[in-house]
Amino acid sequence: MTALEARAVSKRYRRVWALRDCNLAIPAGRVTALVGPNGAGKTTLLHLAAGLRRATAGSIRVLDGLVPGSADALPGVGFVAQDATLYRRMSVAGMLHMAQNLNPVWDGAYAVRRIGELGIPLNARVGGLSGGHQAQLALAIALAKRPRLLLLDEPLARLDPLARHEFLGVLMAAVAADGISVIFSSHVLAELERICDYLVLLSRSHVQLAGQIDAVLAGHQVLTGPPDQVPNLPATLAPIRIAQAGAQVHLLVRVNGRRQPIPSGFTAQPTALEELVLAYLGEPSATALPGPELAAPTGSTR
Amino acid sequence: MAIDKQQVTFSPVAYRLDHRSGVPSYLQLVQQVEQALRLGLLGPDDQLPTVKEMVELLAINPNTVMKAYRELEHRGLASGRPGQGTFIKAKLQRVSGAEQAALAQRLAAWMRDAAAAGLDDQGITAMVGAVLRDLHQYSDGASA
Repeated sequence: MTALEARAVSKRYRRVWALRDCNLAIPAGRVTALVGPNGAGKTTLLHLAAGLRRATAGSIRVLDGLVPGSADALPGVGFVAQDATLYRRMSVAGMLHMAQNLNPVWDGAYAVRRIGELGIPLNARVGGLSGGHQAQLALAIALAKRPRLLLLDEPLARLDPLARHEFLGVLMAAVAADGISVIFSSHVLAELERICDYLVLLSRSHVQLAGQIDAVLAGHQVLTGPPDQVPNLPATLAPIRIAQAGAQVHLLVRVNGRRQPIPSGFTAQPTALEELVLAYLGEPSATALPGPELAAPTGSTR
Repeated sequence: MAIDKQQVTFSPVAYRLDHRSGVPSYLQLVQQVEQALRLGLLGPDDQLPTVKEMVELLAINPNTVMKAYRELEHRGLASGRPGQGTFIKAKLQRVSGAEQAALAQRLAAWMRDAAAAGLDDQGITAMVGAVLRDLHQYSDGASA
């Protein structure tokens, strides 16, 4: 079961490549963090998965082989754009009425209950709601169509800490209750570790790293030791990032899934998601090295 | 809002997570259930919040709660009932006073050795923390 599968996907806008040769196989039921610097191709990837744009080359499939944007795929995929696109002049009730008529499956009771819990009046005008309430309204509408895959583009950007917590709580409750797959892009690294269990790191239009977060973290270590010993480290330890001071050096290394003996003179510490993501983002050339679970096309695993 | 939600669940325990503590989230939940058992807030046949209730309250990945409940089952403290939820099974096995004293004595002996070797209090604390983390990591890897 895959939520999203990309094979050699590229997307070009005129002369600029937004995505180059991306391979991904995100399993269903995961909460995936899509991370990368601005302009890395996150929004483009989400737009391709939602069927809002077509790939220039390669193939992208959602929910076990469906073509994004096709009549089969549309009811199963929910998408909330970066600015939570809503009709600002409409009332909340009007917005719900329209969503009901645009979607073949619609759980109106859920939407009304959620909006009631948030204390949003049904006759309020959408444009008059706070940024947090607009984001919550967009999420409620996306969830009321009972999608199997939910795509969220920077959903947390406009939310204050309390709204962020409530937004993520509702999202996680939907994951727990219905087992939906979620892919969301975010710059809020601190929140990702407790929300997400799958990581896709985009950098300069390429997939730099993809895999289950537990496995990715277990596949890396921070080694601390004397700088003069660095040349003697075994070649199997591929350092992603080297941070050096006078008498001490920190190396983020990939241990390739196996527990390796710690080189003499060094101590090993586990790494955290934020540290790992920052290290990879700081070293875009680490792309060349195969990640612990660098996603490969997995047509044969089904 | 968060307070309202806490009242909706029938949980007698207010679960919370400290994301800066360095203790994995699932383990914090396990420790809070154990603490509630010690304090008598939870007893046999009490139901723990459903996974959905817990994740909505704490805004965490459902796997974290499931992992915590699996760990509680593994420790013999809770058991899952299909279609109903997770329930407290046993009272916490408390370590007897004599046993605690014996363990403390051995730890004190080790700490004297460490101090003699030149470690200060902070160094000793750091080492205990690091070894404990290694132990947890190792047992995680073994059970996964």
